Amino acid sequence: MRKTLFALTLLASLAVSAQSDKYTQMMQKNISLLDSAKSIDELQSLAGTFDRIGDAEKTKWLPYYYAALAQTWVGWNPATKDKDGNSAKINAYLAKAEAIEKNAELYAVENMSATQQMLVDPQSRWMTYGKTAGEALQKGLQADPNNPRLYYLQGMSLFGTPPQFGGGKDKAKPLFEKSVSLYKSAHPEPLAPTWGQKQAEDMLAQCN
Amino acid sequence: MTPKTTLFIVFTFMTGWLRAQTVISGTVKDTRGHPVRGASITIKDSYDGATVDSTGAFRFKTTETGPHTLTITNIGYFPVEQPINPSGEAITLHIAMKEQLSELKAVTITAGSFTAGDAKRGAVLSSLDVATTAGSNADITAALKTLPGAQQVGESEGLFVRGGAGYEAKQYIDGTLVNNPYFSSVPDIASRGRFSPFLFKGTVFSTGGYSALYGQALSSVVLLESIDLPEKSEIDASISPIIVGLGTQQLAKNKKSSYGFSYNYVNVGLYFKAVKQVPDYYKMPQFHNGDANFRIRTKNGGMIKYYTTFAYSDLGLRRQDVDTLNAKNAFGITNHNWYNNLSWREYLNNGWKMDLGASFSTNLDNLGQQVQDAHNQLKTFPDSVFWMNFKTFAVDQRQELSQIKAVFDKKLGGISSIRFGGEYWYAYNYQHYRTQQYNIDSTYKFRDHYNAVFAESDIFLTNELAAKLGVRFEHSSVIRRSDLAPRVSLAYRTAPDAQVSLAYGIFYQKPENSQLFYTTNVGFTKATHYIVNYQKMSKDRIFRVEAYYKKYEDLIKTVPVSYNYSIYNNSGSGYAKGVELFWRDKKTIKDFDYWISYSFLDTKRNYLNYTEQLVPNFAAKHTASIVTKKFFTKIKSGFNLTYSYATGRPYYNFRLAGGPKFDLAQQGKTKSYQALNFSAEYVPTIGNPKARTFVVLFASVSNLLGYNAVYGYNFSYSGQYKQPITPPANRFYFIGCFLSWGVDRSQDAINNNL
Repeated sequence: MRKTLFALTLLASLAVSAQSDKYTQMMQKNISLLDSAKSIDELQSLAGTFDRIGDAEKTKWLPYYYAALAQTWVGWNPATKDKDGNSAKINAYLAKAEAIEKNAELYAVENMSATQQMLVDPQSRWMTYGKTAGEALQKGLQADPNNPRLYYLQGMSLFGTPPQFGGGKDKAKPLFEKSVSLYKSAHPEPLAPTWGQKQAEDMLAQCN
Repeated sequence: MTPKTTLFIVFTFMTGWLRAQTVISGTVKDTRGHPVRGASITIKDSYDGATVDSTGAFRFKTTETGPHTLTITNIGYFPVEQPINPSGEAITLHIAMKEQLSELKAVTITAGSFTAGDAKRGAVLSSLDVATTAGSNADITAALKTLPGAQQVGESEGLFVRGGAGYEAKQYIDGTLVNNPYFSSVPDIASRGRFSPFLFKGTVFSTGGYSALYGQALSSVVLLESIDLPEKSEIDASISPIIVGLGTQQLAKNKKSSYGFSYNYVNVGLYFKAVKQVPDYYKMPQFHNGDANFRIRTKNGGMIKYYTTFAYSDLGLRRQDVDTLNAKNAFGITNHNWYNNLSWREYLNNGWKMDLGASFSTNLDNLGQQVQDAHNQLKTFPDSVFWMNFKTFAVDQRQELSQIKAVFDKKLGGISSIRFGGEYWYAYNYQHYRTQQYNIDSTYKFRDHYNAVFAESDIFLTNELAAKLGVRFEHSSVIRRSDLAPRVSLAYRTAPDAQVSLAYGIFYQKPENSQLFYTTNVGFTKATHYIVNYQKMSKDRIFRVEAYYKKYEDLIKTVPVSYNYSIYNNSGSGYAKGVELFWRDKKTIKDFDYWISYSFLDTKRNYLNYTEQLVPNFAAKHTASIVTKKFFTKIKSGFNLTYSYATGRPYYNFRLAGGPKFDLAQQGKTKSYQALNFSAEYVPTIGNPKARTFVVLFASVSNLLGYNAVYGYNFSYSGQYKQPITPPANRFYFIGCFLSWGVDRSQDAINNNL
């Protein structure tokens, strides 16, 4: 009797750990898929997978974050024509994540989403989406002043702005430098976002 | 076997059993059979699912068994739930998703209307476009004249749209009619609009077929929507040889309210000394303009806005008399104008929206003309040439208009909506006319109570098909008439960026004040519009073609009683038909923006003193404009060129024959009209976020090539001499410096929100 009870307890606890292991495993597997994904269909599919994990878990912001991130990579692809529609998807994933937790990583994605919409027609959208993007960066830096991705994104924004409008390589360079140094000293927790280091290093090289 | 190994076997077996997989595959398409790429398929509360690929297909494996719910979701579509019971056997599903109606995706009706605005969807021009169109000098009407449908009429203000006279086009600010939208003018010289384009966030120029919310305009309405709260507090100044101005906008710290006021003074004295004018200005035109406003954002996101402007102007000029070389006509006018507009937009519960508007304006003109000799003294004539004595007169006239308007809007399921409301106008018009020589001293006045009720619905059958049905009932007390005006329009999207729109409507308008002073036994004038429009619009390019037919009925005819007295009736009629093209392209040449408009107009009307149906003297058969703009970021400067062309317009000499009735004594056609206008702006502080002072230097030359424009002819009493109607000077030059000092509170706002 005692043995049976013991066996059942063990079985139950194994099942629970199997469940949370399943989360970690699934996340690790899909994060590494995301790192190597290229095509829109692959990225789109990963966004859906992360969203499903988020919906099943209910209390974790990271799956929704990765869903939003995958959708953001879809948005950067020039083949994606309907940027507003794509950003609506990104923002829907972000809203689900932010209902659980607000943090700097989510603001970084919000910045990219608004930037993608701004770039549709910079002249007329600068005042609206450009402002949203800038505010997202500011809020992100308030939440975490040592987030390397935010400095990278701020650098990208300045890099893309003509010098006449207060941007340019010279203005962007110190931000990429700060970003790279933060990446080098960072110790991300398991499953936490790590993207951006190589991009920041490449951009820094372009500024020299 | 130890219990542990048993357990291990059991667990392994269980996992193996759990892994009995079911393949679920199929397709997800919309109701028209197009794949819904990116739709997400999930077994509820599990990790299992898939994303639909570009062909509409999906496929995944699941280890779940037993009854489950499959959910299919995609933004912009209604979610679908499908019960499944995986048991190892493959499941194939074909799912249809229905698109949600969305204001962002839904087709908009474009027949007859050009939208300009910054945040507006489907905008053809932005507010900045209005300011930087060469030749417009920041005059809204002048910029709208570069769009198809409007005539290049230079001798009179107003928009002459599709065979309609200038007074058939009306301007509305925040829903209420503006009685005197232009500065008071001198005969044969057009004046500017009173309102700066920077007051407005949106402009709709409708060349026909417009909504039942607007009435009393036979051919066109210009709908101006004032800006809500300003972006930031600032102080503005303008300096030019013609104009000096100072103003401020103050935005409250909580960004919920603002107020502002400004003043400017215009005096062209210095300019007219430097640039010779054909008329002899004995009183240099000068204008004092002051305005003030407040705006409050309400708790539910509504807006209360008040705007008032006061203007005073004074000028006098002498021109050669047409009947005798020994005489000049000295014309002078002083104007006082006060305009007030109060509006309140509020979002109520259950999808209701309310727009209330009230406005009051009063306009006083004191004008007069005197025939003068070589020494600028009053010249009188014997009774044998009595018509010369009628050229010396004085008129005081006042127009007052008070209005209230209410529109209620209710969203029906989805994005369809109904709206209805009413308006009431109280108008008081007064004229005091005097001629010294014949001791005429007459006072005319009338009051009008005008009421209208209207209802309209926007119906979206799909995102691709929209209909707008409306009806308007109007009553005017001064003419004791009522009418019922139906309006219908439809839009159908034929491709993702292309659509066809149709519009039909009946439009009524009261006779003009100058006619109602003499006769109130007249009815509404009437126009019926039929419009078909095709538009293809992408981010950087717009192509539009529009054809229309317009039927005029009950136009006002003049029935002469004596030389200087006439009465009026509704026996006039006419038509207008035409085709218009518009092409705008920001893409083909980098950083270069241009648009081309072309209008073909075939119109005739019998109205006023016309002896039969004739092409009206404001109508040119072919009109075209090319507007170009280029901004050079390196030198922070923009250069704009506009070229306008119109074929010649007819002119007539209608003489009062015995009877009394009019005879067409002479007719002809003016030469064609053309003008090349240039403007440039230099913005040294652009893009410098640290700049405390924002500077714009602006310069413009209209009619760069000095083309001699002739708008028509004035005839002598005998009909033997005709005098061309020309602009007061061939070219107009402007140079000015605009400064603003901004207090940007956006950083504060971000900090406050955290």
